[in-house]
Amino acid sequence: MRINTRDELEIRRKEYAASLKTQKKQILICAGTGCVAGGSLNIYARMQEILMERGVRCSLVLEREPHGDSVGLKKSGCHGFCEMGPLLRIEPAGFLYVRVKVEDCEEIIEESIVNDHVIERLVYHDQQGKAYEKQDDIPFYKQQTRVALEDCGRINAESIKEYIAVGGYHAVAKALFDMTPQQIVDEISEASLRGRGGGGFPTGRKWAQVLAQKEEEKYIVCNGDEGDPGAFMDRSMMEGDPHRVIEGMLIAGIATGAHYGYIYVRAEYPLAVERLQTAINKAIEKGLLGKNILNSGFDFDLKISQGAGAFVCGEGSALTASIEGNRGMPRVKPPRTVEKGLFEKPTVLNNVETYCNVPPIINKGAKWYKTIGPDKNHGTKAFALTGNVMNTGLIEVPMGTPLRKVIFDIGGGVKGGGFKAVQIGGPSGGCLCINPTEDHLDLHLDFDSLKKVGAMIGSGGLVVMNDKSCMVEVARFFMNFTQNESCGKCIPCREGTKRMLELLNDICEGRGTMQHITLLEELAETISATALCGLGKTAASPVVSTMKYFREEYLAHVVEKKCPSGQCKALVTLKIDPKLCKGCSKCAKVCPVGAISGEIKKPFTIDTKKCIKCGACKEGCNFHAIKEV
Amino acid sequence: MEAKDQKVLNEILESHDYNQTAVIAILQDIQKVYRYLPEEMLCYIAKKLHLSEAKVYGVATFYENFSLEPKGKYIIKICDGTACHVRQSTAILQEIRSLLGVTAEKPTTEDMMFTVETVSCLGACGLAPVCTVNDVVHAAMTPEKARELIKELKDKEVVRKVAADED
Repeated sequence: MRINTRDELEIRRKEYAASLKTQKKQILICAGTGCVAGGSLNIYARMQEILMERGVRCSLVLEREPHGDSVGLKKSGCHGFCEMGPLLRIEPAGFLYVRVKVEDCEEIIEESIVNDHVIERLVYHDQQGKAYEKQDDIPFYKQQTRVALEDCGRINAESIKEYIAVGGYHAVAKALFDMTPQQIVDEISEASLRGRGGGGFPTGRKWAQVLAQKEEEKYIVCNGDEGDPGAFMDRSMMEGDPHRVIEGMLIAGIATGAHYGYIYVRAEYPLAVERLQTAINKAIEKGLLGKNILNSGFDFDLKISQGAGAFVCGEGSALTASIEGNRGMPRVKPPRTVEKGLFEKPTVLNNVETYCNVPPIINKGAKWYKTIGPDKNHGTKAFALTGNVMNTGLIEVPMGTPLRKVIFDIGGGVKGGGFKAVQIGGPSGGCLCINPTEDHLDLHLDFDSLKKVGAMIGSGGLVVMNDKSCMVEVARFFMNFTQNESCGKCIPCREGTKRMLELLNDICEGRGTMQHITLLEELAETISATALCGLGKTAASPVVSTMKYFREEYLAHVVEKKCPSGQCKALVTLKIDPKLCKGCSKCAKVCPVGAISGEIKKPFTIDTKKCIKCGACKEGCNFHAIKEV
Repeated sequence: MEAKDQKVLNEILESHDYNQTAVIAILQDIQKVYRYLPEEMLCYIAKKLHLSEAKVYGVATFYENFSLEPKGKYIIKICDGTACHVRQSTAILQEIRSLLGVTAEKPTTEDMMFTVETVSCLGACGLAPVCTVNDVVHAAMTPEKARELIKELKDKEVVRKVAADED
C-alpha cells in the first residue's frame, strides 16, 4: 500500500516497529553470496519446516496487524564473518552460531528458541579455544564501527517494512521537507564525506557542482561495478541493505534536482541485481520512488543497468558510456561528469558505499559524523579482508584505524606463515609491508596517510600475504589483470602494460636481466604520466610499490635466478636427496616426461634438462626425498 | 534464421521498447536463451534497432561476458581474483582443464557439455578459492573437490542420457 505523506511514513514506521517487536525471538540466517554458497538457504528452508511441524508461530514477513507473539525467521544480508559461514544469529539474545549445518536446525530450535540456552559447540571459538556466545563479544566484531553496514545482517534484506521499521527513508523525508537542496549539500560538505570508490574526492563538492548546473535534465548514478579483485564491500551492501543505497541516491537527487537514477551493477553479482530489483519494486509500490514522493511534488525514477564484464567500466566516463549502450571506454576529461556525464547531462556519480553513508549523515548531522575518524578523513571505511588471514570477511572500521589492528586484532593474524605484505587498493593500489626501513603495520588507514606511502585505499580490498608469497609474482598477477582489462583506447596502457607483463614474465621464468628492471621502471613512469584514464595511470602501481619495498626479491630473480619463496616454478630445481631415496621407482613412473631414472633400491636422479618442474614426483614420494632448491 | 528464433528476438526487443541504449541488456537476454550470440542475430537486432552492424558487433566483442562462440551446457568459471590467487586457484584451474581436456584457447569440450573459463573476481573472496558452475558458487575448492565436482556433473549427464534412451 502506498505511503502518501510524511505523517503516514511515521505512522507506518511505528506499526512496523511494533510488529517487529512481537517477534519475541528472531532467527537471522545470513543470505549473502558467501553463506548461500555454504548452504544457508537450505538451513532457512529446514528451519521453516521444523517451526511448522512443531506448530511454533513463525513470521516470514512483517504483518500489519500481528496476531500475538511469534518467531521471526529471516534471510539477512552479509554478517561479515564469511570465514565462519554459514552464520546464524538469534535475537534478542545475540547468540552467533558459526558453520551451521542443516542437521543442527532441530537442536537450535529446541535449545535456543523453545528454551533460552546457548549451544556451546556452535558458537565461535578462537584459536586458543575460548568460546564466545554473543556476536558482539567476538574480537572480529567488537572492534568494528558500523555506519554504512549498520543494518546489514540485522534486518531482512528483502523487506522494505523492516527497513522502515528501523528508521529507513526517514532521511528522505527530512531532506524533502526540512531542508533546501543547498542545505543538504552543505551538510554533506560539512561532514567532509569523501568518495569511497577509491579517489576520495569530496562528495559535497561534487554535489554542489551538479546543483549549480542550469540544465533541466540531470542524473544520479551509482557505481556498483566493483571490479577490483579481492573486494566485495559494495556487493554486500547491495545484497544486504539495498534500500539504504536507494535512499542515499534519492537524497542525492533531492539535493541536486535530478529525477533519474541508474545503478550500474557488474554482471558477476546476480544476487545483488535481484535484491536491488526487489527493493526498487517495493519502493515504487510504497510510493517512495516514482511520482510525487510523499506528496512533496518530487519525482524520482531508478533503474538498474547491468554490466557485461569489463573492469574499465568502473571508471566514470566508461561507466556512463556503458549505460548508454556503447563500448565502455573512458574519454578525455574535461568536460567532467558533473558537467557532461550520462547522456551528456550533469551527473552525480558516486560509489555504493558513499551513498550508504548519506542517510545517517542527514539523520544524525555532520557534527555527529565528524566525531568518527581523523580530520579531513571522517567516517568509517568498509574493507574486504581476504587472502592469507585467519578471519576473512567484511569489516567496517573508523578511518585512521592502524593496519595492525585490522590484521591482527580483527583479522586474527596471518594464516599459513608469517606476515609479509598487504595489497591494498587492488590493481591500482600498492603494497604495505614491514622491512628494515619501513613499518607499515602502524600506518593509519585513511586517504591521506596511504597516499604518503604510495598506496591508496581504493575501494577497500585488503589482501593479506604470508611469507610464502612471491612479490614479483604478485606484481605479475596484477599486470596480467590490467593488461587483460585494458580497453585499448590509449597506447600507453594498451602497449605499455603488455610490455611490462612480458618483462615480468621473463623475470618470473628466469630470463630476467638487470636491464629488465630498468625498463620496467622506465615504462612505469611513462604509463603513469601519459595514460588516458585513472586506471591506466595507476596500472603500474603494484610494480612500482613491490619494486620499492621488495627490491631484493626482484634482484634474486634476476641475478641469482632464484625465487626466495619458491612460487616461481621455472626458477625451482627439483632434486632427489640420495640419503632419503629408497629407490622405489615411484617417481620415475609418475614423471610425465621421463626425466627420472635409476636402478631399483638405489637413489634415483632427475635429469634437469628434461624436467618440466610439474612437481608430480614430489607429491607422490612417500619418503619426502624430493626437494625444491 | 528460423521463424521461432525471430519470435524470441522480437519478444526480447519488445521488452526493451526497441531502445538503442538497451543494446547491452538485449544482448544479455539473447545470450541467456542461446548461451552465445549467433552472428545472424547480431545483424537482425542491428537492423531492428536502427544501429549499424559494426556498432552492435563492437559492443558484443568489447565485453568479456559476451561470446560469439557456442558454449557448453555447464559453464565452469574459476575465479582468479587476488584472494583466490594467493590461495592457490591456479592448481584448481589446471586440474579442471586437464580433467576435461580443454585449454585457454579451446575452452569448450567436443561434446558441448563443458566450457571452462577464468574470471577476475566473483566477489566471494571470503570463500577463496571458488569456482562457479552455471552461476552456482562452490566454495573453498581443492584439486580433489574439483575432481569430485566434475565427476558428479558427468554422472548426472550419464543418468540423464540413460533416462532419455529408455524413453
